[in-house]
Amino acid sequence: MDTVVLVAETRDGSPIGHVLEMCAAARKLASGVTAVVWGEGAAAAAPFLGAHGVTRVCDVGDIGDALPPPRVAAAIAGEIDRGGVDAVFAAATYDGRDIAARLSARIDRPVITNVVGLELEGDSLVSSHSVFGGSQLVRARFTGAGPAIFVLRAKSFASEEVGGPPPEVASASIGELAETDAARIVARHAESRSGPSLDDAKVVVSGGRGLGAPEHYALIEELARLLGGAPGASRAIVDAGWVPYAYQVGQTGKTVKPSVYLAFGISGATQHLVGMKGADHIVAVNKDPAAPILAIADLGVVGDVHQVLPKLVEAIKAKS
Amino acid sequence: MDIAVCTKQIPGPDVPSAFDESTKTLMRSGALVLDDSDSYSVEMALRLAEQAGGGEVILVSMVPDGATAGLRTALAMGAARAVLVSDPALAGSDALGTARVLAAALARTGAELVLCATESSDGYTGTVPVQLAELLGIPAVTFAKRVELDDTGVRVERQTEAGYDEVVCPLPAVVTVTAGVVEVRYPSFKGIMAAKSKPIETLSLADLGVDPALVGVLGARQEVLSIEAAEGRSAGTIVTDEDGAAHERVLDLLVTWGVL
Repeated sequence: MDTVVLVAETRDGSPIGHVLEMCAAARKLASGVTAVVWGEGAAAAAPFLGAHGVTRVCDVGDIGDALPPPRVAAAIAGEIDRGGVDAVFAAATYDGRDIAARLSARIDRPVITNVVGLELEGDSLVSSHSVFGGSQLVRARFTGAGPAIFVLRAKSFASEEVGGPPPEVASASIGELAETDAARIVARHAESRSGPSLDDAKVVVSGGRGLGAPEHYALIEELARLLGGAPGASRAIVDAGWVPYAYQVGQTGKTVKPSVYLAFGISGATQHLVGMKGADHIVAVNKDPAAPILAIADLGVVGDVHQVLPKLVEAIKAKS
Repeated sequence: MDIAVCTKQIPGPDVPSAFDESTKTLMRSGALVLDDSDSYSVEMALRLAEQAGGGEVILVSMVPDGATAGLRTALAMGAARAVLVSDPALAGSDALGTARVLAAALARTGAELVLCATESSDGYTGTVPVQLAELLGIPAVTFAKRVELDDTGVRVERQTEAGYDEVVCPLPAVVTVTAGVVEVRYPSFKGIMAAKSKPIETLSLADLGVDPALVGVLGARQEVLSIEAAEGRSAGTIVTDEDGAAHERVLDLLVTWGVL
């Protein structure tokens, strides 16, 4: 393949980990890897992206208070117009998915989501998709005219530094966007969160509806803190408003791959399992012996979360 | 002001997810219900219409076979009417094909605000709303946890990785509503009875002037090569916490795994 274009989201001037994974996936398939970046100072990430195999950076520049999707999709469409683009990769993040969707309708190409593997078979791209909580793997061939747009699941490809040279940096051509670009951010609210992020944590401690009440989530946070990990949550308690959306582990939340995943009061709906079954070790505590999560755990405890969780917290405190 | 809500009718939660062996698409057997994710956007639309002091909530949906049970649930909640695109050629449509059909149907409603769920509970692609916005040439604000109408348009609290952003956006616009952000009303008996006689306008692709080649399996431009059982995790140990000492086993493992 000639070129893959990456939707390269950065945070505080550095590409998010998922982008580096996409670099590795793209490099294995194509000779050229173009990263489209946006935001003030994002182009400074170019040398780092180069080290991960990016050969060209297309910089949208500072977007001020606009939402990224219309402008970034326009920039990618501009890269496609230059020729040679066979595929576009986006990360399954808030903005990544919206950018892929904007681009899809703009250039009339489908978005292929939930991708956990990609390979070339002859001239066509074959993607693998983990479905039904990861119990089944679907392989599908893209049959249309390119470029195809793929939304990749986090932690499906290993990032790898290859020591490439700094890539050329070009300014994006955006063109006229009219009404599509009319939304503006008037205030930003960041919730303070201490400890490692869900993406990077070596230990993730998650709670679900089995906790019984929102106030019991405090013990999940305490255990996560004691273990130097990050607290997570099932969709059920996010939907119920106990914790913010950013805590959600699962198909529509974060995909985590920690060394140890501890699940309390989570039954293990397919929605949740797909986001955490890549953990090296899993411990699950649930009062229902038929809870699906027990079947994938290294240690499944059939028991009362309100007994096991406080005792575990106390025992760890006593140890330290 | 009229508000449109895109709704999906999906198999009930008691029907296990499976693939149809012959078509290699998601099985859609049994009675269809209103996707639970959509109940939040329907609720949000009803509240906004009430606060605006008028205007109808109009449902827009598509199916291959004329099914309406899920729409009746939303009508019973208080939506005024529905536009249903029903055509056998829609079977196997992907997100872009779906967005194309909904865009054509929405154009007939005259609604200025279009609400959607962030993603369906069966397909989970989550791209239809923004594809829809692009096809209609209007802005989209996704992952709303709060939506208000004001003189200039719509004001949205949008979830982000770090917290939330306050976003203002002129109308017309597409807004996606995160599940769980409003308490969904139960249809009253009166609502259920009234829903039976509320209008559902049923349209075919030909009625909308949408080319059947752009939707359904053909429009999806993907050929499923294989569906296989994924490599599973090897089964571990399951213990019952009869003696109240299970936490000690967890502790031991945390030490073994080098966490403690």
